[in-house]
Amino acid sequence: MNSLEVRRLAYAYPDGTQALFGVDLSIRRGERVALLGPNGAGKTTLVLHLNGILTAGHGTVTVAGTPVRKDTLKEVRQRVGLVFQDPDDQLFMPTVRDDVAFGPANAGLRGAELDRVVEDALARVGMLELADRPPHHLSFGQRRRVAVATVLAMAPEILVLDEPSSNLDPAARRELAEILRSLDVTVLMVTHDLPYALELCERALILSGGVIAADGPTRKLLADADLLARHRLELPYGFAIPDA
Amino acid sequence: MHVPDGFFNAVTSISAGVVAAAGVAVCLRGARRELDDRTAPMAGLVAAFIFAVQMLNFPVAAGTSGHLMGGALAAILVGPYTGVLCMAVVLLVQSVFFADGGLTALGVNITIMGIVTVLAGWGVFRLVTRVAGGKVAVAAFLAALVSVPAAALVFTLLFWIGGTAPIEVGTVAAAMGGVHLLIGVGEGLITAVTVGAVLAVRPDLVYGARGLTRPLLLRDAEGTTTTTTATAGTTATAGTTATTDTTATAGAAASAIEGAGKPVGGRGPLRPFLLGGAGVTLVLAGLVSFVASSSPDGLEAVAENEGFIDRATGHLFGEWALADYGEVGGIPVGVAGIIGVGLVLLVAGAVAHAARSRDTSRDTSRDTSRDTSRDTSRDATLDQPRDQVRDDTQGRAHGETRA
Amino acid sequence: MGAGHHHQLHLPGDSVVHRLPPQCKLLAVFAFALVVVATPRERLWAFACYALLLAGVAAAARVPPGRLLRRMVIEVPFVLFAVFIPIVGLGERISVLGLSLSLPGLWAAWNILAKATLGVAASVLLTATTEPRAILLGAQRLRLPSLLVQIAMFMLRYLDVIVGEMRRMRVARESRGFEARDLRHAPVLARSAGALFIRSYERGERVHLAMLSRGYTGRMPVVDDLAASARQWGLALALPALALAVWGLTW
Repeated sequence: MNSLEVRRLAYAYPDGTQALFGVDLSIRRGERVALLGPNGAGKTTLVLHLNGILTAGHGTVTVAGTPVRKDTLKEVRQRVGLVFQDPDDQLFMPTVRDDVAFGPANAGLRGAELDRVVEDALARVGMLELADRPPHHLSFGQRRRVAVATVLAMAPEILVLDEPSSNLDPAARRELAEILRSLDVTVLMVTHDLPYALELCERALILSGGVIAADGPTRKLLADADLLARHRLELPYGFAIPDA
Repeated sequence: MHVPDGFFNAVTSISAGVVAAAGVAVCLRGARRELDDRTAPMAGLVAAFIFAVQMLNFPVAAGTSGHLMGGALAAILVGPYTGVLCMAVVLLVQSVFFADGGLTALGVNITIMGIVTVLAGWGVFRLVTRVAGGKVAVAAFLAALVSVPAAALVFTLLFWIGGTAPIEVGTVAAAMGGVHLLIGVGEGLITAVTVGAVLAVRPDLVYGARGLTRPLLLRDAEGTTTTTTATAGTTATAGTTATTDTTATAGAAASAIEGAGKPVGGRGPLRPFLLGGAGVTLVLAGLVSFVASSSPDGLEAVAENEGFIDRATGHLFGEWALADYGEVGGIPVGVAGIIGVGLVLLVAGAVAHAARSRDTSRDTSRDTSRDTSRDTSRDATLDQPRDQVRDDTQGRAHGETRA
Repeated sequence: MGAGHHHQLHLPGDSVVHRLPPQCKLLAVFAFALVVVATPRERLWAFACYALLLAGVAAAARVPPGRLLRRMVIEVPFVLFAVFIPIVGLGERISVLGLSLSLPGLWAAWNILAKATLGVAASVLLTATTEPRAILLGAQRLRLPSLLVQIAMFMLRYLDVIVGEMRRMRVARESRGFEARDLRHAPVLARSAGALFIRSYERGERVHLAMLSRGYTGRMPVVDDLAASARQWGLALALPALALAVWGLTW
């Protein structure tokens, strides 16, 4: 069964701007997939459909066999773990521990079981020692890791990361990559950091102009200079695709 | 204007507390209707915004500055219920966490700075948008202008009823009202331009403005497009309700979108605002001071009976011909008020002008400051990094116009 | 008067006062403030005793006096107001150093100064010994509407973020030579405020989305419900009880 199925998805914002024009994609369980695209391609808009925050204007989204509808929202949100680009949006509770507990507590966990889930999630991102700190006292890299933990605590079917490497220094970027590689979940990573996509994901999709413009092995897509140029994607200066 | 403990007697403090609690309870219900389950995060963030904006000190005249209260601004941007709620939370947090405003005076503070400013501001805003046919910026200006002296006058009234110091209500009302009218001009100007700036960029965020929906397009990989009939909105903004005069605000929103390219406010709108502000100030000064001292003043009467009214006149404006706002010199009260405000404006203007003339590089500095102001505004409103959702839509919109 | 708030209010520690449940401390401070406000201003001794009581609490909480005094600067605008009252006040006048002052005005000024100072000092002690988060939990425990507590929680959480955004906008303005000199520069400030509102509102929307993605349905999950023992209540309420005793004794 596929973790994620999106069929002919179209959407326009209330102010009339249309962002998606019929997106088709599917992701198998256990895959790590990169969703690439220039700014304004509709990446974030697509992501917000995956757990029903935005409702499809046309088309369908299916998560692990469950269609995203009003009546399935609770179940879907449990299964899709969304990590936002700005950790300040994600960490809204007074302390790290409260924040990681927010999701499982909404799912009904309490007491010792809740503590176990919270501490397990924090340990997986290496942030257990800072559990009782307020989020705004953490560094940006630490906050991003806590943001990942808040989602891991919900044991999601698929982890969706929006620009996970943005604003991270090289060390924090590498640490996050190690954490992501160590997780045993389906990952959809939205990014325009092409080397990061190549490092972590075997498969990549290119979203451009509100539709999926390319789908294939990351290495192959990144080696196609014309394709990248058509969709305003560029490898960093001096970067070459290493031979397999 | 955060009242500390000890300003009001216990009865007044408790009564105001009851009024505030009732008001907040009503607004909790109302805000749920305005924002549904978004109430907590949205109201929290707007409250943080108001707290931050209260740090914006604006120069009123040479040497003096006031800071925004934000009641009218909150009411216009997020609606009266959420507005009161945000103001109440700001005051609550300031009182409990920053010791700014007494705990026992919390009721008074919420009543005056939360409920009165929002009610006065929102009332004037509704009145003007209905009568003047949708001049949102003008309505915002007048709403904020009135809300500040309204709060000052209610403070005076409360202090007269249950304050712990003997005051002449007429004198204090006129003094408080006069000073706060000047602050109100600044508040009105900033509120109007703030609302204008938001209208230009995100008209859907101004309470009452309504987004327009268009049919969706489906695009294939080859680029052929087909139209669908879209029905679904978004869960994220579906809760937006429109209770203002919709035709009026929709029109204003549309004109604001058209004008989005050029800077809002700037040179043009400033002059009418200042002239209008001066006009309204004069009219209000006349009316307010007339109302404020037309009723027989209890304390004055007491003082007269006790036989020491002559000593009481030895204070502040005692020797002035306009003392007691006209009763001494035989000038009608309203006229005295107008003359007073006019004098204050004249003196302030003269001082401000003199202070500026001393600046030798005046002309060039003025020109550059005007340019930078325009740059800054563009930077602040249009070029700001808009991450997440809007980022995508903005890019989309630009792509569409280029294609 | 929103300016000049610094956010390092809490003074971590492990004293008796720090360990008291927040709801007890909140209620105690509120009751104390009420007793102080209800005390007639002529009872000078009572106010001296109240001040001693607070000094005792400060000593027990190991809050340094210097810090307490620095935090009380917030009062200054009202000190100025209080100084003004005797000059413009009504009633019998006395001459002090060549100034004609109103006697009732002097009493009123004393009244406001004494009560406001005691109130501010009590509040400062509360915030110095209690984490902001704990104060909110205490308020919730005292049956303050949960929505109000939630709003206050979000406000405190995002205050630094939004004030930081405003500071960056100010730096951007000033680094290009802008300086607010008179009212004609107000539009620039106002447009910054507009941009700040949009940022705040959009962040609110994103926070709401983040909450929805983790199963939020309009109500905060109550995870830790802190209960207070009778002993703790007794200890905390000793402050207003002693104040009340002073009030009665100086009758």
